[in-house]
Amino acid sequence: MLSYLLQRLWQSLVLLLLVSIIGFAILNLAPGGPLSQFALTPGMTREALDRIAHQMGLDRPLPIQYLEWAWRLLQGDWGKSYRDQRPVLDIISGHLFATLLLMISSTVVSILIGTWIGIKGATKRYSIFDYSATVGAMIALSIPTFWFGLVAIYVFALKLKWLPAGNMYTIGDQSFYDYAIHLIMPSIVLALVNIAVWSRYMRTATLDVINQDFVRTARAKGLTPRRVLMKHVVGNALLPMITLAGLQLPTILGGALVTETVFTWPGMGRLFLDSLGYHDYPVVMGLLMFSAILVLLGSLLADLLVALVDPRIRLG
Amino acid sequence: MTAATLPSSSFPPTPRFWQNRTVRRFARHKLAVVGVAMITLLILACVFGPYLLPYDELYIDLRARFAPPLTGYHIFGTDPLGRDIAARLFNAGRISLLVGFFAMVLSTVIGTVIGVVAGYYGGRLGTVLMRFVDAFLAFPSIFLLLALAAFVKPSPFMITVIIAVTSWMEIARLVEAEVRSLRERDFVLAARMLGLPNAWIMFRELLPNAIGPIIVAATLTVARAILMEAYISFLGYGIQPPLPSWGNMLNGAQQYLDKAPWLAIVPGVAITLAVTSFNFIGDGLRDALDARSDLN
Repeated sequence: MLSYLLQRLWQSLVLLLLVSIIGFAILNLAPGGPLSQFALTPGMTREALDRIAHQMGLDRPLPIQYLEWAWRLLQGDWGKSYRDQRPVLDIISGHLFATLLLMISSTVVSILIGTWIGIKGATKRYSIFDYSATVGAMIALSIPTFWFGLVAIYVFALKLKWLPAGNMYTIGDQSFYDYAIHLIMPSIVLALVNIAVWSRYMRTATLDVINQDFVRTARAKGLTPRRVLMKHVVGNALLPMITLAGLQLPTILGGALVTETVFTWPGMGRLFLDSLGYHDYPVVMGLLMFSAILVLLGSLLADLLVALVDPRIRLG
Repeated sequence: MTAATLPSSSFPPTPRFWQNRTVRRFARHKLAVVGVAMITLLILACVFGPYLLPYDELYIDLRARFAPPLTGYHIFGTDPLGRDIAARLFNAGRISLLVGFFAMVLSTVIGTVIGVVAGYYGGRLGTVLMRFVDAFLAFPSIFLLLALAAFVKPSPFMITVIIAVTSWMEIARLVEAEVRSLRERDFVLAARMLGLPNAWIMFRELLPNAIGPIIVAATLTVARAILMEAYISFLGYGIQPPLPSWGNMLNGAQQYLDKAPWLAIVPGVAITLAVTSFNFIGDGLRDALDARSDLN
């Protein structure tokens, strides 16, 4: 177990290194690079630009600049926002809660609905339910998240007036109920794609398990079909889902960005777009790196969880 | 047993296109056929629609602002500037579909080359290349797309390039796995012993064996690329107005959602139809091209 842990940790560190190289390359190889911000200032001269470049250390060789940048990153100095000079990491952590809240509630929704559809589809294979779930999943994967959000707002907020059209809470209210009612629509909109993916995988995983010997043994012992399904099939079919949850993380995070925009949700996605609008590159870069690190951590956690939970995996 | 001893019926004349096993299997896949029909209609509408409509997609008519669908000749209504939505929709479709198609071509080329090289040479080079694939996959693709789009001049060409740059990874993985599984086979050994150059072995001997999965992945990549263009254009960093695209038609739609919901509904339906078609076709191709699936 320990050696697996170390090996997996090592892999993640290598990936982190590559991720930082890609991030740095985007920032520096793009036309203008980090200087493009200052080049827009009125009255900027070539000499002044060169001086700023020198002050920022931008006239040195790229590998040196990369090492410096990476070293500061490791120490928690992610630079300062061009907009208000606050440290990037502070700004990001200020928006983290909203995004995590949205991602977690949406993941819970998609796991519940997705597994249910998947199990039902697998146990009633080739039924009308199974067929419509297959087609429905493919259509759900084709609907742009933001457009689905717009339609949901039109129907449930503007026409039926059941739910608020956006924001995370009503100013001055902020009760649990208030948060919950604001959370419903964005969570479900963000969940749509994952319900589709989840139900497909859960169906396959259930079908894999359902034909195995231990399930037949359980049936032969005279357990009720329901008990066999709940205790023996679902538990085992859920195992590969942990890995999937790790793999889906980039999609959920990316989807959160779009969903947050439509629902004016004050999370990392909105921060990202606002910062893009202000050409606030330190924040943009910070978010890019932060999300990649979050994704790497997520998949690392998922793998470790599988190794812990699955009795078939005996490591090291 | 030689061919001559077999009944002649087991050797039919060269099969026609529709007799081909893959084609027949594809044609039996209902969703795939629906997908082909939908996308054909959509393409025809985008190609010929603008010539049939009495309005230019850029013509502004402030007296006809916010006309609901089916007002006069405005079958889909007009936008906040009084421009005809149908005319914009079809012209936008040309751009969105072309961006989707060329982004697919480019990302397939990138993914295939990296996958073949990594799979064929393996070893350290292969590991490094595949780790780069993993690293690219660690970024949520929309974050990466937007960060790149904010740096470049957002012409349709550049949008195509950056979509391709952020969507080649899956094809690379797939090709790498396929090539790695084949590279020790006898035909590769034979090609090596003949002294054929590595490039020849990679692209003429190995690659054709992976063509099935590549076609499937490429089809699904078109769907993804159309979605990606819609996302970044919706957020204002993709195709720039006045040039219409399905994504940027939705850009201003949210603020008029109550007053003019058709502004949001019409382009959204077009995107969903196009993306659904390619996903259906991809699913059908997967079933039709998979040699391991049942033969009847």
